[in-house]
Amino acid sequence: MAQLSSTLLYIAFVLYLIGTFFFGGAIRDKRKERQGKDRWSQFGIAVTIIGFLAQVGYFVTRWIAAGHAPVSNLFEFTTFFGMMLVAAFIIIYFIYRLSVLGLFALPVALLVIAYASMFPREISPLIPALQSDWLHIHVTTAAAGEAILAISFVAGLIYLIRVVDQSKPSKRTFWLEVVMFCLITTLGFVIVSTAFGLSGYEAKFTWIDKNKQTAEVIYDMPALVGPHKGELAKESAGRMEPLVEMPAMINAKKLNTVLWSLMAGTVLYILLRLGLRKRIAAALQPLVKNVNLDLTDEISYRAVAIGFPVFTLGALIFAMIWAQIAWTRFWGWDPKEVWALITWLFYAAFLHLRLSKGWHGEKSAWLAVIGFAIIMFNLVAVNLVIAGLHSYAGTS
Amino acid sequence: MEQVKCECGHVNPHGTAFCESCGKPLVDLGERPLLDMRYEGSARRSQTYKKTIIDQIWAFFSSVKVGVALIVITLVASAIGTIFPQQMYIPPNVDPAEYYKQQYGWAGKLYYELGFNNLYGSWWYILLIALIGVSLVICSLDRVIPLYRALKRQGVKRHPHFLERQRLFGVSHVSDLDKTMAVLKERLAARRYHVREEGGHLLAEKGRFSRWGPYVNHIGLIIFLIGAMLRSVPGMYTDRVMWIPEGETKEIPGTNGRYFLKSEKFIFETYEKGKDNEVFNAAIDRVGNGMIAKNYQTNVVLYKRVGPVIPGAKPKLEKVKEYPIRVNEPLKFDHYALYQVDFRLNEPKAMSFQLADKQSGKTFGTVTVDLYDPKESYNLGHGYRVELLSYFPDFEFDEDGNPSTKSRVPNNPAFVFKMYAPDRPKGEVSFVAIRQTIEPFGDNKYKMAFAGLQTRNVSGLTVRRDFTLWILGLGGVIFMIGLIQGMYWNHRRIWVQRINGELWIAAHTNKNWFGLKNELRRLLDGTGVAMPTDRLEEEKQAGQGGQAHGTA
Repeated sequence: MAQLSSTLLYIAFVLYLIGTFFFGGAIRDKRKERQGKDRWSQFGIAVTIIGFLAQVGYFVTRWIAAGHAPVSNLFEFTTFFGMMLVAAFIIIYFIYRLSVLGLFALPVALLVIAYASMFPREISPLIPALQSDWLHIHVTTAAAGEAILAISFVAGLIYLIRVVDQSKPSKRTFWLEVVMFCLITTLGFVIVSTAFGLSGYEAKFTWIDKNKQTAEVIYDMPALVGPHKGELAKESAGRMEPLVEMPAMINAKKLNTVLWSLMAGTVLYILLRLGLRKRIAAALQPLVKNVNLDLTDEISYRAVAIGFPVFTLGALIFAMIWAQIAWTRFWGWDPKEVWALITWLFYAAFLHLRLSKGWHGEKSAWLAVIGFAIIMFNLVAVNLVIAGLHSYAGTS
Repeated sequence: MEQVKCECGHVNPHGTAFCESCGKPLVDLGERPLLDMRYEGSARRSQTYKKTIIDQIWAFFSSVKVGVALIVITLVASAIGTIFPQQMYIPPNVDPAEYYKQQYGWAGKLYYELGFNNLYGSWWYILLIALIGVSLVICSLDRVIPLYRALKRQGVKRHPHFLERQRLFGVSHVSDLDKTMAVLKERLAARRYHVREEGGHLLAEKGRFSRWGPYVNHIGLIIFLIGAMLRSVPGMYTDRVMWIPEGETKEIPGTNGRYFLKSEKFIFETYEKGKDNEVFNAAIDRVGNGMIAKNYQTNVVLYKRVGPVIPGAKPKLEKVKEYPIRVNEPLKFDHYALYQVDFRLNEPKAMSFQLADKQSGKTFGTVTVDLYDPKESYNLGHGYRVELLSYFPDFEFDEDGNPSTKSRVPNNPAFVFKMYAPDRPKGEVSFVAIRQTIEPFGDNKYKMAFAGLQTRNVSGLTVRRDFTLWILGLGGVIFMIGLIQGMYWNHRRIWVQRINGELWIAAHTNKNWFGLKNELRRLLDGTGVAMPTDRLEEEKQAGQGGQAHGTA
């Protein structure tokens, strides 16, 4: 059952990839102004739906195998977030029929799922705090809310790529490239993790932690930065010696992974820039040339309007109810809770600026991008760096 | 207070931008082609009166700009609070000043000095939340009352200036006005519009209640904040900790001696290979067998005191219920909840010794000393007897080199025994501690040989009673209702009027113009009435130099 589950996820991944190409084809098709039905989009959405069903299959089979909904560790939660992203895209697609949305939403979902797969994937048993039906209720609703909000980012991104003037460098082109760079760096992380994972790289260090205790750490990438007073263990003799040693309060292993991802991202980005001979966003601009700006703006806003109540319910209200049951208090200023509050405050500000201050169009699109950055920060940095009560097991 | 009388006869309050009834602009709009429909042009107090200090405070807090600024400041402050752990999450037995400096260097020191270690409880953070609360109240009152007035008093017949200044507006010539109007009326009603007709003009409206969504959700938030404030009122909120060892009955703190709890057993389980679902094997292997917690559970019996409280007397108890308290499954009774939060395994409970002859090794019976409640004398029969002269639960030598105890907790128990035997009627004194025996008065014939340690588990439980929960819940429910009401519905209005033999149509929605346009398209399909143009889009297109637009 667990094997079948993994296979289904793999199938879903491949189908989303194919779907992306179909949606790409739909754009090309429209540029030629062909008459008649848009076959590319139809295939695209069909493939996407089949992919989504495959991923639902992954979810259900894994649930049956484990006996609990697969949303209990970073891999499972992030994968589920990707699945909800696709679901949100499918719904929005049937409201607005905008193919270009698929061309951008599916790659984001692909990146999310690929990123998820870099973490321990085995089915883990539930610790006592997670043994509750609220695990399913809270986590699924929160993920659904975040996924719908992410669609707002996708639409906002399309809006910005279309509207930002690429003829001369400016603050806007710079920040848009930063967004592109972040997406590419995520890809970089996936590539280096996969590459070193396949090669089976392992280097064991003994080091002195901040409580002055000797500890061991196993790197799965060559050490650019080593742990505090780290020394390669005997069995790892011959592995790369760290270039720089970190103080004890910094988690050198995680920093090392970040550095490798940044390096891979930078190399990829430079190669792309050299190949395209223009900014990434400028290269994407022709794809969105025919996009109706008002419609994109409306989708971006609509996604927030739909997603915000879902997010509030899942990430705050259900979260509080469960926290009251499991941790004795509905609110404890745990970093993950605080970042959910920050996300909520941000989108509340977004809605007020839009509804009362008339921040439409480009301003609104930038806000959608920032909102997604906050969600991603909560998903990535808060779990891996800040780590409070919510830090899932298995992110060593 | 002066009032403004419109040419249609309706009297508007001072400060109204366009007539509540017919919509005729009352102020000079200049070249502006579109009306600002956000609050129906109603006279908001904050926009109208700016003289006194109260007016100015009111105007300040009613500003969305100020509200958003408060939200953003709170957001940034909250984020700062997550840079390093808050004081409640650092080990309780360390000096925070030292801790932050030692763990996080100069940045940690600065963090502590700025008071960010208790950021969410700081006066300024609470003040920020309070200001948001004030802003919520004033913003809502400033808008909702005039908005309610304007929507209630809106007329069916609108002034041409009102219609032509709507975002969706169009004029059509139709052959049979009466028939077209009738068809439109029917179609609008079929689309669940509430249609009013007056003098041959139509006003179709739906989803007006969604306009109240923001105010409903603000009320919810205010109730929630009030609930959070009430926690600091004495009696509303109890939060106590109790440590209870297996086998003991203790008064539950915070219940004023009304409830008692007995712990039957504490259970700690881990996931083990072979015993649990084998799909978990890989995960168990990675972390280590027996390293992933599966269950923390205290089996308890809850008792209630019967009869009056008599100091010094043993309370009379009546069993209420048995319950296994587990994480996620607190024991609930009489508004109290008891949670499994902590535990200590294998705490020493009692020590056993055998009275033995040092040379022959022969033993003469076992003495078991309860480490919390030791007896003074232990009779072993046949003339053998042991007296406990002194007991040091947490033994150390004090400054003068005399034996003493650090605490009442039996971390390192030591005993002074006096052993009596038929051949030692005056007794022998022996000092017994862990791994050491001292015979202060010379060689003894007998010794107390260590024969075992009984341990027990201790459960850490949290006792909570929170009378604010229902207020918070109510606030949350109202907030969600308001949010859904405001976000998932929209307020659409369509005006159809005959003016000079032409059919004028104008439409407005508070959001989702895409949906409104689709609806209009379906509504007007086949009626011969032209689809109203989106004048905002037109304007933009003109601004962009006529760039081509794609499909909508």
